[in-house]
Amino acid sequence: MDFVQLAIVGLLVGSVVGLGAMGLTLSFGIMKFANFSHGDMMTLGMFLAFAVVGNMGLAGPQMAPLSIPVGLIAGVVFAAAGVALLAAGVDRVVYRRLRRRGSATITMAIASLGIAIMLRAAIQLTWGPLPARYSTGINPAWRLPGDLLIKPDQVLIIGLTLVLAVALYLIMYRTRLGKAMRATADNAELADIAGIDTERIRLATWMIAGALIAVAGVMFAVQAQLRFDAGFEFLLPMFAATILGGIGNPWGALVGGLVVGISQETSTYWIPSGFKAGVPFMILIVMLLTRPRGLFGSTF
Amino acid sequence: MSALLEVTEVHAGYGDVKIVHGISLQVAPSEIVTIIGPNGAGKSTLLKAIFGTLRPTRGSVVLDGADVTGWPAHRMVQAGAAFVPQTNNVFPSLSIKENLEMGAFRRASGVAQRMEELLAQFPDLARRPGELASRLSGGQRQALAMCRALMLDPRLLLVDEPTAALSPVMREQLFAQIEAIRDSGVAILMVEQNAREALAISDRGYVLVNGQVAVEDSGRALLDNPDVGRMFLGRMDPDVTGDTGDTGGTEDVETTPAEPDEGTR
Repeated sequence: MDFVQLAIVGLLVGSVVGLGAMGLTLSFGIMKFANFSHGDMMTLGMFLAFAVVGNMGLAGPQMAPLSIPVGLIAGVVFAAAGVALLAAGVDRVVYRRLRRRGSATITMAIASLGIAIMLRAAIQLTWGPLPARYSTGINPAWRLPGDLLIKPDQVLIIGLTLVLAVALYLIMYRTRLGKAMRATADNAELADIAGIDTERIRLATWMIAGALIAVAGVMFAVQAQLRFDAGFEFLLPMFAATILGGIGNPWGALVGGLVVGISQETSTYWIPSGFKAGVPFMILIVMLLTRPRGLFGSTF
Repeated sequence: MSALLEVTEVHAGYGDVKIVHGISLQVAPSEIVTIIGPNGAGKSTLLKAIFGTLRPTRGSVVLDGADVTGWPAHRMVQAGAAFVPQTNNVFPSLSIKENLEMGAFRRASGVAQRMEELLAQFPDLARRPGELASRLSGGQRQALAMCRALMLDPRLLLVDEPTAALSPVMREQLFAQIEAIRDSGVAILMVEQNAREALAISDRGYVLVNGQVAVEDSGRALLDNPDVGRMFLGRMDPDVTGDTGDTGGTEDVETTPAEPDEGTR
């Protein structure tokens, strides 16, 4: 395939990775631990939207020129709300108890791994091991100058990622909640002393991270299949993007996601595509060795 | 005069390590009270136990008539107390303005006005409200930390070693600021290493040794107390008299350029 065409696919993959990594880096920066269940929260998002358009049969007509049905709008809202509530609920039941005990962050990271396994198993139990699709609608590609192809669905994914990135920026820098989130990431003890109820800030952070990863999951599944382990496969690229951009830095994570996605896809120009999943690994290792604080600095 | 803060028989520590053993103290409205004592005497632990960042194991803390023992920090703030820790007392990746906004997180109105009032006293900070706190000097950070704590108009300000990393000139400025804060009607309970200067502006002081109050007296009386002088004030000069001039000469870098100027004239 043409190199530029590969880069377009990479931009698409990178948008999904970046969208997910923005939430991952946010929770990492504020909770101070790596949430290994982020990938399975992504899968849950995919399937909650499927519950609306598939299980409940609320798909409705296809929104041409997109392949997706009208019902997926409700589906993505339901998924975002559902995963947001789940993430906040897990914090209440699991992480907050560990925090109050003064548990080490590694304990919390391992706990999140447990949540990940439970979540994946629950999804498999509920929706089964077979792949599913939101719709069978066709999505003919647009032909760009230079014989490049891009599907309307893909334009939507890239556009939505940018819109959500701007929205997150506005939340973080223009609202009281966002500033308090940044303050808590900087120094949670001082935030407490200043009068900020940091437990509420943590809940809000989980909800934002959960909503973002749910949308990322639905966006991915729009142009792929839903599988119970689809999100888990995104975990490593999302961590690579998080490290690349600097932990706690959402814009860094978005740029990191795009870098990971584009380099992963364009690598197939030189190497067999079976090896492309190793590219984020390589990026992660090189970054940890050379610039562990990321390209744009970390709040960690 | 009824006490604003009434600490009774407070015990506190970390896990099995008991540090504060039954300390009682009072702070009256608009009073500066200084706690001095050797390292490890439990001064900072006591402040944390009073403010609730560390839960006292025994004893009670009463603020303005309300029992606030073990309250979480954000409720202490609502009750009218504020705390400036010794280190890491600003949010480095937030701007000066955002730091002050965080101080006013619990305030619904008048935030901009209060910010203006406080910044009026600190032209250094007022000049560039968008500057990140990580780029400020030690003295500016300390000033910002105090302003942050004052955003909610507290009646009691707890300050942990405000001058620890400051030059003598900055120290003098900071003590002047603390007096100005007191004059605006805020009571101050301060832990200080620079005992002599701190006691000079204090209405009263407590000397802590091994987690207990060893001496309690007025600031003036503690300065004149020969035992206290020998133990805590005599790092430069064990003699209590003639102590003011000689501390500056050795370490004060900022005033030295002015002196040769005088000489050449």
